[in-house]
Amino acid sequence: MAGQGGLAVAVAADTMALGPLPADVADEVRQLLARLTAEQRLWLSGYLAGSLASGAAVAPVGAAVQPAVKPVTVLFGSQSGNAERVARDTARHLEQRGVSCVVLDMMDCGKPELAAAHTLLVVVSTQGEGDPPDRALPLWELLEGRRAPPLAHLRFAVLALGDSSYRNYCETGKRFDARLEALGATRLAPRVDCDVDFDAPAARWRESLAEGLEPPASAAVGAVARVHAVAASPVASAYTRRNPFAAPLLLNQRLTARGSTKDVRHIELSLEGSGIRYEPGDALGIVPRNPDADVDAVLAALPFAPETPVRLESHELSLRDALASRVAVDWPDDAFLEAWAPERVAALRGRLLADVLRAAPRDDVDAARFIALLRPLSQRLYSIASSAHATPDEVHLTVGVVEYEHGGARRTGVVSGALAALHDDAANVPVYLHRNAGFRLPAPDVPIVMIGAGTGIAPYRGFVAERAATGARGRNWLVFGDRHFRTDFLYQSEWLAWRTKGLLDRIDVAFSRDQADRVYVQHRLREQGETLWRWLQEGACVYVCGDAKRMAPDVHAALADVARTHGGFDDDRAAEWLSQLQRERRYQRDVY
Amino acid sequence: MDDLHPNEALKRESRYLRGTLTASLDDAVTGAVSDDDALLTKFFGIYQQDDRDVRDERRRARLEPQYQFMVRVRMPGGVCTPAQWLAIDDLARRYAGNTIRLTTRQTVQFHHVAKRHLRALLAGLAAAGLDTLAACGDDNRNVISAANPLLSAAHAEASALARTVSESLLPRTGAYREVFLGEPPRAVIGEEEPVYGATYLPRKFKIAIAVPPRNDIDVRAHDLGFVAVLEGGRIAGYDVYVGGGMGMTHRTPATFPRLSDPVGFCRPDDVLPVAFHTLCIQRDHGDRRDRAHARFKYTIEDRGADWFAAELARRLGRALEPARGAGFETNQDPDGWHRSADGRWHCAVNVENGRVIDGDGRDLMTALRAIASLHCGVFALTTNQNLIVAGVDESQRAAIDALLDAHGVAVSARQPVRRVAMACVALPTCGLAMAESERYLPRFMEVLGQLMRECGVGEEAINVRLSGCPNGCSRPFLGEIALVGRAPGRYNLHLGAGRAGERLNVLYRENVDEAAILAALRPLLQRFAAERQPGEAFGDFTVRAGVVPALIHGREFHRAAAAVAAEAAPAAALSA
Repeated sequence: MAGQGGLAVAVAADTMALGPLPADVADEVRQLLARLTAEQRLWLSGYLAGSLASGAAVAPVGAAVQPAVKPVTVLFGSQSGNAERVARDTARHLEQRGVSCVVLDMMDCGKPELAAAHTLLVVVSTQGEGDPPDRALPLWELLEGRRAPPLAHLRFAVLALGDSSYRNYCETGKRFDARLEALGATRLAPRVDCDVDFDAPAARWRESLAEGLEPPASAAVGAVARVHAVAASPVASAYTRRNPFAAPLLLNQRLTARGSTKDVRHIELSLEGSGIRYEPGDALGIVPRNPDADVDAVLAALPFAPETPVRLESHELSLRDALASRVAVDWPDDAFLEAWAPERVAALRGRLLADVLRAAPRDDVDAARFIALLRPLSQRLYSIASSAHATPDEVHLTVGVVEYEHGGARRTGVVSGALAALHDDAANVPVYLHRNAGFRLPAPDVPIVMIGAGTGIAPYRGFVAERAATGARGRNWLVFGDRHFRTDFLYQSEWLAWRTKGLLDRIDVAFSRDQADRVYVQHRLREQGETLWRWLQEGACVYVCGDAKRMAPDVHAALADVARTHGGFDDDRAAEWLSQLQRERRYQRDVY
Repeated sequence: MDDLHPNEALKRESRYLRGTLTASLDDAVTGAVSDDDALLTKFFGIYQQDDRDVRDERRRARLEPQYQFMVRVRMPGGVCTPAQWLAIDDLARRYAGNTIRLTTRQTVQFHHVAKRHLRALLAGLAAAGLDTLAACGDDNRNVISAANPLLSAAHAEASALARTVSESLLPRTGAYREVFLGEPPRAVIGEEEPVYGATYLPRKFKIAIAVPPRNDIDVRAHDLGFVAVLEGGRIAGYDVYVGGGMGMTHRTPATFPRLSDPVGFCRPDDVLPVAFHTLCIQRDHGDRRDRAHARFKYTIEDRGADWFAAELARRLGRALEPARGAGFETNQDPDGWHRSADGRWHCAVNVENGRVIDGDGRDLMTALRAIASLHCGVFALTTNQNLIVAGVDESQRAAIDALLDAHGVAVSARQPVRRVAMACVALPTCGLAMAESERYLPRFMEVLGQLMRECGVGEEAINVRLSGCPNGCSRPFLGEIALVGRAPGRYNLHLGAGRAGERLNVLYRENVDEAAILAALRPLLQRFAAERQPGEAFGDFTVRAGVVPALIHGREFHRAAAAVAAEAAPAAALSA
């Protein structure tokens, strides 16, 4: 709901004839729009849409953007959109309690914003092995660097989002928390770290804050509160992770040819009747469910009945359901082992949970405590590989089937394995939409460079399909990498057809294992540096999707190289140029 | 000009076959070259194909067809040195799926070559003194000659002549060197193709040189044939044959296989000018509108051998002498070890389908590599897809035998009918194939061999030829028994060719499956066993017994088939 809509508004402000408005009013609106940031325009569009839809009186625009009381700043650093959503929820929640809030993207937060704020509520996620979200990097670099402003005037609290299946869990939140304190700010409440199931801890964090914040001093705040309530929800779907839509499977087609070392699937699902409306760049969440055999094995090793009730996040459900859909039942992590059998951690490490339970039975732990010890099932998000304009009522995914061996047995990923095994015409997949505001197509005439490896190609299929279906005239350049040309060129015939039709202006491919020397996408970027630099000078947007550990940094370095080689930049200027591209949303990443 | 076949414009505008080949090769997004370039690569022995077995599954996987290239080497007379064989073997293992195929025109071809490996493969061949120029395309193809130059002085002379003729009629375009070998363009003074011109030939052109009494090369199946006339073991000159060819189109009476006609005799020194002028006559008079009618055989058929003789005489400045009329005894290869007059040994290794590959306990590829590593003579390929380890000293025989044995390649172990059988490649790589051929041959020879044993003729070396389509790569219309593909599992059954390549076969049963083929052959083989005359070949028997008429003139091909069908119809009605 964010970037795309915001940019659309931006374009409209410059070009749209403001239909029924008198000329003087239209001029005022234009002038106002010109002063707003993209974020503010987006907020305004949601506000207007929400107000009109709900039949509420439209509050005076000036009142909406200039509340009487200095509001609390809810600052988010988001990659996938989760932190943004929690930030907006937090603002809404606080405003319902009379606390005025503004929601601010870290990308839009510099020294002036920090100086103007008095209370900073930070919601920030952590990427991969402890990295900040792309759009949080400029602010992080500011706070870390010598130019960091003193923040003694500031109160703050940090909510850290993360995924405990990664090392350096919630690292970014921890660093913001420590750094804000080091710069003199006062901690309003202890930091809360959230795992993939962040709703419950986030709610606790909000509760802990509300008490310490000033009560409202002005009636104007009420209007703002309403505004945020509608702005956050114009395209929200009724379906969530806890209440997913059962999407009928339309197609499960293997994309990698025989002989490939990988099994990558093209999955088509029906969204008919769901009301889910996605944009290119969005992701689809698939609710994970552990294989019945694994759940049964764990239950068999436990002294509890499968129907034993357990409470999770204030919901009650049966032990069986909790094991099936809430916690990982494959290999327990060290934290579990240390709690379960502290003297045998080394011996039990690497064994399946059911084996561990059999090898080290305990009868002094109740079912709820047992469940709480287990690592929550991480959410499974897949970049959407289709365009709702091109294929209405359908959503397409590109799913790499995770395959591995453990103890001599072949196993597959909880979600990818289950998806790959589906062939029944009656199969349904529990899904929910996951907005990805940080990965959006630009205006229709802006050229784009799409860089991806492996299943990272998925959103680009959506991008090009969208641009083809909507007649967008901007040039499109795909840079794709995988292992082998013959077996792993995902959607090859579609790219070729788009190229033939003139919808794909360039394709560069890097197949790493077709020759003695490994060749990756970043090599192609350097080879094509001159052309790439020209595209960027012409305003192109660059996208990077796929592996966060190696590809994304390598591509980043290659882009900096291109700026040095073809733009004559020194290292600092190249880095600044890339930061600026990010701030301008011309360099967007969806890496995992 | 408007009614010329589109390929003519393509050739004319290709800048002597350069087209956009460089861009096509450099396009890493597809394993194919452009449609136009795919026609041009043929002139360089390179055929774009795809694995038809996986075509549909790749389509569903949103992958393009599994494009790959067949690369055919030019090897005049089928002669290569052991060092060249080792280079070919190495390239096949690097780039071509660990297999080499011996062709029916005395050379080798690589299959399964990826586009990105084409340049490396051709560079590897060049380093071994080999090229792929004109191995396909509308030009003079590989010139073939009686196998094994070390067999006699006459064979050596014929083989050397094949090389000379091949070199003299090569395209001169620099495209091959520039596109594939990365050489800079050379300055061209005057016409870049002094012989061919910008549009080359209307169709392919094939030259063959035979040394009687063995007609292993089926000399009359080619556009231009030279048959050595021997006097005291020396070649006194050659009878000249024009207008042969196998290819035809099913159910199209205007197309037919044709045996070439003798038009005279020439001295050895005249072979080059005769070949040159004959090629030029076809260049100037061949049909450039209809490619199904563009082979030289139709030029001869339409205008007559006399017209040709007069035209040749005009260009040559003199008429040919009358043909001498040398005869042939067989068109089959020798089998196993044999000795030439100079005392050297030669070992004909049977290569089923010409497929050199390891597997099933018969590691032929490894065996040949090992032999090439110690062998001092030559490897002589035959047009019946076999390989002769030629020029072996008495002292080396045992070593070669041991290598063959060690790799499961027993000489002469196969039933004769299976040893002499031939099949084209067909599925899955050939785009023309309508039915299986190479992959079906082992199965068919198993059941046919069994049937022959049951009928008491299990040791007969009947010429059996399989083809996946009627274009005739395996020279099917010269098989005593031939299957020509119509559809998966269905073939036309032809009978009655001569065993020395002197008579065509006749369509006997149309579009039938294996059971019908065996049912049709069983009574004939039984009669053959009972009624054959001493030494009589099966093809000759079927003609003598009136099963099929004797077919010499290709133009009678469809009429003969109709006559057989008319006779079969009431017989079928009776038996039903």
